[in-house]
Amino acid sequence: MLEQKGAEDFGDGSTADGVSQPTEFGFDAQSEAEIAEHIKKYPPGKQASAVLPLLYIVQGQMRRQTGSAWVPRVAMDAVAARLGMAPIRVYEVATFYLMFNTSPIGRHHLQICRTTPCWLRGSDAIEAACREVTGITGWHETSADGLFTLSEVECLGACVNAPVLQIDDDMYEDLDHDSTVRLLEAFRRGEKPKPGSVTGRLTSAPEGGPTTLTTLQNQGPPPEPAPPLPAE
Amino acid sequence: MISFELDGTAVEAASGETLWQVAQRRGIAIPHLCYAPQPGYRPDGNCRACMVEIAGERVLAPACLRRPTEGMKVSTQSDRAVFARRMVMELLVADQPPRAGAHDPDSEFWRWAERIDVTESRFPAARRWAPDTSHIAMSVNLDACIQCGLCVRACREVQVNDVIGMAYRNAAAKPVFDFDDPMGESTCVACGECVQACPTGALMPAALLDDAQQRIHYADRSVDSLCPYCGVGCQVTYHVKQDRILHVDGRDGPANRRRLCVKGRFGYDYVTHPHRLTVPLIRREGVPKRADDRVDPANPWTHFREASWEEALDRAGAGFARIRAAHGRGALAGFGSAKGSNEEAYLFQKLVRLGFGNNNVDHCTRLCHASSVAALMEGLNSGAVTAPFAAALDADVIFIIGANPSVNHPVAATFIKNAVKRGAKLIVADPRGQALSRLATHALRFTPGTDVALINALLHTIIAEGLYDRQYIEGYTEGFEALRERIAGFPPERMAEVCGVPAETLREVARLYATSRAAILFWGMGISQHVHGTDNARCLIALALITGQIGRTGTGLHPLRGQNNVQGASDAGLIPMVFPDYQPVDDPKVHAWFEAFWQAELDDRRGLTVVEIMRAVHAGTIRGMYVEGENPAMSDPDLNHARTALAELEHLVVQDLFLTETAFHADVVLPASAFAEKTGTFTNTDRRVQLARPVVPMPGDARQDWWIIQKIARRLGLEWNYAGPAEIFAEMAASMPALANITWERLEREGAVTYPVDAPDKPGNEIIFGSGFPTASGRARIVPADVAPPDELPDSDFDMVLSTGRVLEHWHTGSMTRRSVALDELEPEAIAFLAPRELARRGLHAGAMISVETRRGAIEIKIRADRDVAPNMIFIPFCYAEAAANLLTNPALDPVGKIPEFKFCAARIRPLASPLYHRS
Repeated sequence: MLEQKGAEDFGDGSTADGVSQPTEFGFDAQSEAEIAEHIKKYPPGKQASAVLPLLYIVQGQMRRQTGSAWVPRVAMDAVAARLGMAPIRVYEVATFYLMFNTSPIGRHHLQICRTTPCWLRGSDAIEAACREVTGITGWHETSADGLFTLSEVECLGACVNAPVLQIDDDMYEDLDHDSTVRLLEAFRRGEKPKPGSVTGRLTSAPEGGPTTLTTLQNQGPPPEPAPPLPAE
Repeated sequence: MISFELDGTAVEAASGETLWQVAQRRGIAIPHLCYAPQPGYRPDGNCRACMVEIAGERVLAPACLRRPTEGMKVSTQSDRAVFARRMVMELLVADQPPRAGAHDPDSEFWRWAERIDVTESRFPAARRWAPDTSHIAMSVNLDACIQCGLCVRACREVQVNDVIGMAYRNAAAKPVFDFDDPMGESTCVACGECVQACPTGALMPAALLDDAQQRIHYADRSVDSLCPYCGVGCQVTYHVKQDRILHVDGRDGPANRRRLCVKGRFGYDYVTHPHRLTVPLIRREGVPKRADDRVDPANPWTHFREASWEEALDRAGAGFARIRAAHGRGALAGFGSAKGSNEEAYLFQKLVRLGFGNNNVDHCTRLCHASSVAALMEGLNSGAVTAPFAAALDADVIFIIGANPSVNHPVAATFIKNAVKRGAKLIVADPRGQALSRLATHALRFTPGTDVALINALLHTIIAEGLYDRQYIEGYTEGFEALRERIAGFPPERMAEVCGVPAETLREVARLYATSRAAILFWGMGISQHVHGTDNARCLIALALITGQIGRTGTGLHPLRGQNNVQGASDAGLIPMVFPDYQPVDDPKVHAWFEAFWQAELDDRRGLTVVEIMRAVHAGTIRGMYVEGENPAMSDPDLNHARTALAELEHLVVQDLFLTETAFHADVVLPASAFAEKTGTFTNTDRRVQLARPVVPMPGDARQDWWIIQKIARRLGLEWNYAGPAEIFAEMAASMPALANITWERLEREGAVTYPVDAPDKPGNEIIFGSGFPTASGRARIVPADVAPPDELPDSDFDMVLSTGRVLEHWHTGSMTRRSVALDELEPEAIAFLAPRELARRGLHAGAMISVETRRGAIEIKIRADRDVAPNMIFIPFCYAEAAANLLTNPALDPVGKIPEFKFCAARIRPLASPLYHRS
């Protein structure tokens, strides 16, 4: 038999079915300031190009105001009106990109990368840790305490620090089961651990320090800069 | 021309032609799904069903997108191309319901699948979507969807309604209505363009499907004809099964380019409504006529009895003859119809002039554009548009005032929206907001009834800033100096106070219109239906004349005509002051010509107009009336007065499809032919004469209108013996210089011809007055106008302004559309539109019942909140018999056009206690 496609099928959480939508939305002062910055990047008549930043701004404002970073339909209408677009054009963009939540989420959005490099480096263990701590069983579901929403995402572009977990707008890297549990416990206590590698390495430098070009250290002063090219 | 090789043959392509088009032209069929070779649809190249191989290129190319270059070698039948196309089809077939259970086994998709012999697939099916049957007229079954995006292009690029989008991504991507709402709950306006475009059966007319969403109905024949509703004049194809209309497609007519609106596409079933009159009726002896009497159209037997045609016609004719004999020729009058054909209109006015012996013949143009026509006749000596509405496509600036085309002329509005998308600037001036306001560079919401002030401010700016076209004014106009003097008294600052639009905005609009390369002006009933309607139109004409925005490509004056044949009915002479083709009845030369032409003695005095006729009935001077296809008991202003008049008539003959509110008061009711049952010519708002053909047979004992008119004429002593519409057309055309070079044979051959036409083998002139005007001096007359208030202003007793009009789904008095299942389901009950702010101020809420009262009457009606309505205003469509807006309207007339002020009267509202609508 035919079956209605829901968010569960594709994990994009972008269905509006059953979502309690607010009836009003207005940009606050911080959003207005950010909008002005973005809109002026584009020539007159091309303001629609700012649709992605504006949707992010909406999502940020919702986080500030409600604790849930999502984009209500009425806010998309506000974006459409501000940019002179038909509302459907904004809906298309918002439902296409997984980064926009079109239904309310928990206070923190756990986004597990499950693309090949992270998976090979143990993203299954990250997922298991997330589920243990939050009690969430499915995808794009929110924990009973309303603190966490768990999503599966495609490559986050941080393969050198795999496996990674994006929490809200920040990347936490080089995770394993135990460090993930500790990370989420910290969030649960209301702390905001420093983003980046949890093992302490500098960005994507090798664990335990550099392993190449070590012989170039302490070899005397750097060479003189090359003389300028003679004028033609 | 580009020379290249197609399947080994040297061929040539015109500039811009695609490989698909060249192949098609040469009889090579290349499959296509996401590409619709139809006007307005660009190729998208997303489905890959049309791939061809090009020598020297690494990958295949989509034929629908690719244009040939010099020397290119293209193979449509190479193994690789054929294999690729078959594979695309196999992948698509995998996800489809099997053909045996398909929604439409006869869809484009399945026809192509069969043609290239790929009707089964080796691939597993993806999960699909459940049916959406939330809309009364259209079914959405996305399990058949191939995401080709034709529906999105239909909604976004062709009709520009922007309801459908392609949402989500990858395998989950699907067309959605608004925010993935059920279609029936979305903002869809049901034009059905997506249904017509869908190649798979994912979007279909609901009428073709059974409850399991499978197609069970197939047409057994198709007939090319026209849409019966507004003045746009869309050409349609009716698909007929067992003599009933099954569904409707848009045809590639010059006016509509295959587009339709909800009325044209889904409003066809009124012709088979059980209320259709199928036998002549005669009023029962002893049933009195009362103004407030109502008859159940489903059961006329309380007031009427069945009669034979012979008896009914005898009774009808004898009644007229008796009154004429007893009270003289001034005691009779007739209302013809703008819904009937040119031939019927011609015959009807001839019957009144010859049979009744006077010129008391009018029709609903008196209620819609009489003032526009009066001003146009005065200024240009031509009552029609100077350019078709599609000229908007060539305009840089489009100025719409007092019109709401996306509701009243939806297909014309699509061309305006196309023009805006292409870059034209749109100015919308109307007290009410509308769908087009969103696209407008300037949306002026001015104070109702201050049209002259607004336009005079524009004229003032143009003259004060020297933006007028001196050369044009000197070459083709007269009266500019008088205008210049008079207009000095109307500076934008002063007019801003009157019309409520800031002076600087007025100046900007004036500059935009005057200095653009090509600007076109559209107006509707918001201009004409005022006591100063003629002045409003005069100002607009002056605006076009002093800026020279007329007579060129992309310029002109276009009063949008409201009914399918209101242009033609006026042309054919259903007007009391003029014979056919606007020739004055009191011009001795004209009078003598028509006396000779018709070989009869004619009245040389102007007849009475619609509202004047009703007054004359009250006064006792008119005692008998013949009403053909009109419904003054709904459409006249101050209906209590109009209905009293109808009830007072000694003899009333009504010829219609249904027992209308007018027919309640009739002595004889004659069952007539519906649009879909007749042959005839109809003239659209563009001056386009088009041929309609009979689609279905008439029900019961109903008869052709021309036949009925002729039978009555014979009973009034006229020896008429017309064989049919073609013969009537020939006579009519002989009396109308405008129809020169248009013959019935030519219409049969070409389907549509726009007058004026220079020669039998030349196309009609779409844009006229390129070099002067058909006036005595050859110049157009500029007539200045003064600001005058509406007849009845709000005061402490009646504190609001009432305006009337239409809604998208209903047309005129609703006698047809309210008997169409889909249209009445979409807009099922009488509603009054008020601003949310006004509701809040008064403690009212949407859905509540109110009483709307004026000095002339009161109705009870439900509230709808609408931000487009200005505070302190009420807007009520006049199509609802159960809450007839015209019980309220003011019959005050424009002195020149004799048009009543439907757009403005003082009213008040009172909440009605109703447990049903009590706020929870």
